[in-house]
Amino acid sequence: MRRSFFYLAVGFISFMLVAPVIAFMINAFAFRWFYPQLVPQEWSLQAWERLQLIPREGERTLSGFIDLWLSVPDVVSALWLSLAIGGTVTGLSVIIGLPAARALGLYKFRGTRIVEFLIITPTLLPPNAFSLGLNINFIRWDLALQDMGIPIDLAGSVIGVSIVHLVPVMPYVVLTLSGVFANYNPDFEAQARSLGARPLRIFWDVTLPSILPGLFVAALFAFLVSWSQYLLTFLIGQGRVVTLPMLLFSAAGTGNNAMIAALSLVFIAPAILILLVTSRFLSGESSAVGGFGRV
Amino acid sequence: MLAPTMVIITVLFFGSLGYGLLQSLGYQPNIGVTEISLDAYRAVLFDPDMASRFWPGLWLSLWVAFVSTFVSAAIAIGVSLLIRLTFVVKKLAVFFFQLILTIPHLVIAVGMLMLFSQSGLFSRLLGEMGVITSPRDFPALTRDPYGIGIILAYIWKEVAFFGIIVLAILQSLGEDYESVAQSLGANRWQRFRTVTLPLIMPGLLSASIIVFAFTFGTYEVPRILGVQHPKMLPVLALDFFLNPDLNARAEGMALSMIIAVIVFVLVFFYMWLTARTVRKD
Repeated sequence: MRRSFFYLAVGFISFMLVAPVIAFMINAFAFRWFYPQLVPQEWSLQAWERLQLIPREGERTLSGFIDLWLSVPDVVSALWLSLAIGGTVTGLSVIIGLPAARALGLYKFRGTRIVEFLIITPTLLPPNAFSLGLNINFIRWDLALQDMGIPIDLAGSVIGVSIVHLVPVMPYVVLTLSGVFANYNPDFEAQARSLGARPLRIFWDVTLPSILPGLFVAALFAFLVSWSQYLLTFLIGQGRVVTLPMLLFSAAGTGNNAMIAALSLVFIAPAILILLVTSRFLSGESSAVGGFGRV
Repeated sequence: MLAPTMVIITVLFFGSLGYGLLQSLGYQPNIGVTEISLDAYRAVLFDPDMASRFWPGLWLSLWVAFVSTFVSAAIAIGVSLLIRLTFVVKKLAVFFFQLILTIPHLVIAVGMLMLFSQSGLFSRLLGEMGVITSPRDFPALTRDPYGIGIILAYIWKEVAFFGIIVLAILQSLGEDYESVAQSLGANRWQRFRTVTLPLIMPGLLSASIIVFAFTFGTYEVPRILGVQHPKMLPVLALDFFLNPDLNARAEGMALSMIIAVIVFVLVFFYMWLTARTVRKD
């Protein structure tokens, strides 16, 4: 009795967990799907064709695919842009956050709690609270930059969007990495130094290898947070920076389920791929995840 | 070493927060208004038209955030206790939870439409089983005035978040405390109530803060799964802000500040609560 309850509960919960993905799979390939059929009578690749992710029938050869993707249709361009912004934000946030995480993880100084609290605040306060003001600030700074003869636009540009993604990303990176540094022994660096190693070599050969697993987790968080941003990209990009969430959001208003589902699958695919590659770093026992318990 | 991070946080986040605050007080030099006033706040809270949208929106937001946080924490604790002594199932669960964490809220909101809408997968399932005959027989669980669709989306996502944290805590605690309680004659419920729950409480509370703040302030999910009236506050704030009338912009800012203050007060309350629960031992 207890065992069967256990399996029933586990089965039900697992089903609920994967149900949305099953729904996407069916919807994305469904054709003539009448109520109340659970599985459509016919399948089709129409949605994928209309999104210009796969070529028309008859052209589905390798060169057909290459030609189509090289012509950079909207979805492909959004995909590249999302990847580019996500990659930039990940790199920047790790470079910026690493020293701060080291300071917070290794040393206890006056005001540690306050600094930690300030860093966490952006994840707690709703994005509206700062993004509306930032939107106007960016426009003001653009004018100031123009007066100085620097023709850089922050509002409505990929640069501006990448910079603004740093705000929700930094807390995750710093918290995760400070958890790693809390269990890190800097004496090894001193040893390397006494053996005559230069700072860069110490970082490369001593520090980096020992924080690498945590660094992967932090980078993964950074990428995912940037990857899934809708509101910030919408407000700061002013509709001109079209990433995947932008496309999915406007598709969601159309009610075309096949296209929405196909876009959703494209949107979750890279994240799942990255997770599969890095999942060994993400075990529940890893010290990096512990960073969250310290809020 | 802290400087680069603090520059980002201070200039981009707190700077913009401050500028937003100024705007909400009516400071708009580009249209020639430099006086400070509380007009926008007064309008949001008491103006008949806006107040009729603000207060229902506030109750809806509080309801959605509380229910989502509480239910997902409860499910996560139940699941974690159920599977913590298994090996394969636990490994699989942690993997699934991580998978769910990677899926953006926007995608989940859309997924809920496909599952729970009146022509969605579950409606079809009941239809095939002959329980209902037409989509209209299926209750409106998405785009409903009680935010059920929104809550379902959040639960789906946050169970995974709580699950990872609770499983990690349980793992680090081991079973010794409970074994002692059991040998002293405590039954299953007593062991949970007086031993396990207090031990996981600190981690659970800080996770709850994050989840509550998140579900209270996120825009995408209620935009896709919500109705025209009542609207959750983040959606309402953006509606005001994107209104072509520049006065409405101040009101959008004011509303955003009100949301921020509510979240902040609740966070402080939680922290005070955590400090009390943790230091009891």
